[in-house]
Amino acid sequence: MFYLIGLLSIIFFALAISVISKSIKLNKSLVADENTDDALDSNNNANAYGMIIFWALGTIAGVWSFMVAKPDFLPIAASEHGVKTDSMFWTSMAVVTLAFFVSNTLLLYFAFKYRYNKNRKATFYPVNHKLELIWTVIPAIVMAILVFTGWRTWRDITSQAPSDAVVIEITGHQFGWYVRYAGNDDNQLGNFNYKLIDETNNIGIDFTDKNSFDDFTATELHLPKGKPVLLKIKAQDVLHSVYLPFHRVKMDAVPGMPTKFWFTPNISTDEMRAKLGKKDFNFKVNCTEVCGRGHFGMSITVFVDEPEDYKKWCAEQKPFLTTNPTYLAKVPDNLKAKASKYIPAEPVAVDSTTAPAAEAVSVN
Amino acid sequence: MSTATSHAEEVHTHDHSHDHEHEHHELNFWTKYIFSTDHKTIAKQYLISGILWAFIGGSFSIIFRLQLGFPDMQLEWLRPILGGWIDEGGKLDKEFYLALVTMHGTIMVFFVLTAGLSGTFSNFLIPLQIGARDMASGFINMLSYWFFFLSSMIMFASLFLETGPASGGWVIYPPLSALPQAMPGSGLGMTLWLTSMAFFIVSSLMGGINYICTIINLRTRGMTFTKMPLTIWSFFFTAILGLLSFPVLLSAALLLIFDRSFGTSFYLSEIYIQGQALPNMGGSPILYQHLFWFLGHPEVYIVLLPALGMTSEIIATNSRKPIFGYRAMIGSMMGITVLAFIVWAHHMFVTGMNPFLGSVFMFLTLIIAVPSAVKAFNYITTLWKGNLVFTPAMLFSIGLVSLFISGGVTGIILGNSALDINLHDTYFVVAHFHLVMGAASFFGLMAGVYHWFPKMFGRLMNKNLGYIHFWFTFVGVYLVFFPMHYIGIAGFPRRYYSFTALGNDSAAAFTDMNAFISIAAIITFSAQAIFAWNFFYSIFKGKLAPQNPWNSNTLEWTAPINPEHGNWEGEIPAVYRWPYDYSKPGAEQDFIPQNIPFSATKSSNLPEEEAEIAKEKDIEGLLGAQNESYNR
Repeated sequence: MFYLIGLLSIIFFALAISVISKSIKLNKSLVADENTDDALDSNNNANAYGMIIFWALGTIAGVWSFMVAKPDFLPIAASEHGVKTDSMFWTSMAVVTLAFFVSNTLLLYFAFKYRYNKNRKATFYPVNHKLELIWTVIPAIVMAILVFTGWRTWRDITSQAPSDAVVIEITGHQFGWYVRYAGNDDNQLGNFNYKLIDETNNIGIDFTDKNSFDDFTATELHLPKGKPVLLKIKAQDVLHSVYLPFHRVKMDAVPGMPTKFWFTPNISTDEMRAKLGKKDFNFKVNCTEVCGRGHFGMSITVFVDEPEDYKKWCAEQKPFLTTNPTYLAKVPDNLKAKASKYIPAEPVAVDSTTAPAAEAVSVN
Repeated sequence: MSTATSHAEEVHTHDHSHDHEHEHHELNFWTKYIFSTDHKTIAKQYLISGILWAFIGGSFSIIFRLQLGFPDMQLEWLRPILGGWIDEGGKLDKEFYLALVTMHGTIMVFFVLTAGLSGTFSNFLIPLQIGARDMASGFINMLSYWFFFLSSMIMFASLFLETGPASGGWVIYPPLSALPQAMPGSGLGMTLWLTSMAFFIVSSLMGGINYICTIINLRTRGMTFTKMPLTIWSFFFTAILGLLSFPVLLSAALLLIFDRSFGTSFYLSEIYIQGQALPNMGGSPILYQHLFWFLGHPEVYIVLLPALGMTSEIIATNSRKPIFGYRAMIGSMMGITVLAFIVWAHHMFVTGMNPFLGSVFMFLTLIIAVPSAVKAFNYITTLWKGNLVFTPAMLFSIGLVSLFISGGVTGIILGNSALDINLHDTYFVVAHFHLVMGAASFFGLMAGVYHWFPKMFGRLMNKNLGYIHFWFTFVGVYLVFFPMHYIGIAGFPRRYYSFTALGNDSAAAFTDMNAFISIAAIITFSAQAIFAWNFFYSIFKGKLAPQNPWNSNTLEWTAPINPEHGNWEGEIPAVYRWPYDYSKPGAEQDFIPQNIPFSATKSSNLPEEEAEIAKEKDIEGLLGAQNESYNR
């Protein structure tokens, strides 16, 4: 990278110096000949040569900087759809780079080739319908192909998550992410209500919903490799945006409007560490929607585990209700029996006659 | 008040057939230079305000580029200017960094590229190029500038607030912008931002209505729509875009004001902030985004179309060749104008909007690439077999086409919603729009200044300094924004104070590249001083301009070198032909101005143009009606 800077700076300064010296020289000749007032002194040729030099140096610098920067470019895709979008990205990039190169080349070359010559007259060539038609239709066809492939991929990515997807809730706040898992018993996230948020229950889990009882929270995101994961995304205060750079996952977190994104991680943290040759490498969740002072530092660590490791990790996690038994008070009476299963040491007095009845009611 | 006097004047001017009409206006310093109703003076006011704003907005970018390029740099030396915004550690305050980013965007998009570009050249060129004495309403035109001035002052004042100016990004998405407790910049700074923008919208609407009315009603005899220069077409479309989309921004701002000050919940719902659950329910932040981008996307074309229009004119003139595909150019601008209204949600693919809507907007967005491509090819073909004169204006125009292409092609990637997932809100987007709308429009602005400076001030700018300015800027812009794509592809998000917590292990690899970009930005910005000096020096000391310095066909060059209010001393010239008769076979000179009748150019007339000679009498016959319209 250092060489890149060096080379580009040299190009820049060389160009700058050549232009300055040229114009100083011409300035002098201007002073000598006060009458050279029109734009058509030798400066005209200098500028024409400038165009072609710019093209040549620009091409070299462009290709070279690309080669140098490429290893650091697009991080390895670590999700199934990411592999697809990456290949589509490079295909599209090839198409647009071709368009970019050809049209800039023509532009700068024509600027050079047709520089003013007093012995020549410009060609009066106001219109050619056939040409117009050609360069309306060709871009239209290319666009149509790009759009169509893009649309199919987009449709697949945003389709309904598979029913067996692991459901994880991630909530953005100033400045961090809360993570909640659906629990080991029901794979169903319980309701939440922002008015129930307090210092301990910082997500606002609603304990009147029996699905919340086995939900557990975490300060890091664990994902099973090779299994579809459905992220349910929320925000508490302002807009945030969930961004997993390696997984090509990005979705805004909007207060009052839950969003979602599902994907299948296909490289575990360990495999990625091996690939990159970095023992301390970790995936991250970042924020990509400006949210205030701590926006740039709003990240948590992501672990992609082998499925069995993931299961093991989940089994080790304790439901929120287990670690915070005082929240049992928020559970409505008819569900207390079900909830108390998650309350550890202190036994809760349950009326054995009413409990099944309550259960029945809730099922209805 | 002055019915009697104006009536007397009318009779008087009639008698003397408009000789020295202007001398009857007793203009003091205030009415001539400050509260002027002369479109040329108003244009200069817009231009100079725009230039001052450009330097302020540009310097902001340099400050935050210092932070991004040299994260460890001691910025203690900026304390005399920034005061408390440099923290105890000698670093840029994190919230002020966001304020700088926000104000850079706001200033550049609205005050420089909307007011400074469209305001300047629509005002200056519409009456002069269509052959009118002034705008349809000089008074509303004056009000338009002074509302802009008021808006500028409010925005400028917000820079000095203790809590800082607005800092939620130039898009000011709520709830961040709606809740003062979310960040200090969302307090008084945001109130002033919204107030300022409300006045700005009023200003831009008054300007836009005037431009449209003037173009429709005040064209000189013979100036049919199909004989209008492409500049005028572009200003026309720009004004329509602004007229239809700015009110939507006003409504978005108004609802935000209600949410901020009167407890409504248009954009707010289920918010828990700073240990407090807010009562607001049912609002949607996405609603704001729809409203904002309904302006925000047309805004891109509001800044770009005038630049493209002026470039068409400058490239044709200096290629000594007609613009290729005049009607296709109009058609593609019309296409862009219509499509500009139905692509806005491509800014919102991953904001939680329904993905099906995303697919629809992807289709619509990629359609807009077609007219843009047509324009680029037409410019290139105009150069082909031309006889190119590289004035500084021509250089900047060629630069514009190059930047328009280079920035435009990446739009095809970003407009693809599947690819946008990874690239949304990264430096790839920053590089894309800075090239295609920022730098390209800026190049259009510069091209316009260099080209029409002689008409504005009766003097020429130093062309050698112009060349140096161009080459520094052209090379500099590419050095800043080309490598930025790499950083974007690597997934670096925008509006990040530093990249230390980024989940991308190549963060370190791009440290050098960020430093490089910052250095290039500083050099490019410094090079603008060459322009500033050239501009202000030439106003007073530049070489006196000849009547038609670029041998151009359009009407403004038939007006006196220093036109007074009213533009033409005698009758306004009539128009007989399109503005692009350059290097016509058989003609004596390589240009035939629009006011030369076909009967005077028998040797160069095309077969179908012989029929036009018969119409010349009809065009002349309109003189009475035209004069009548000014005396009503």
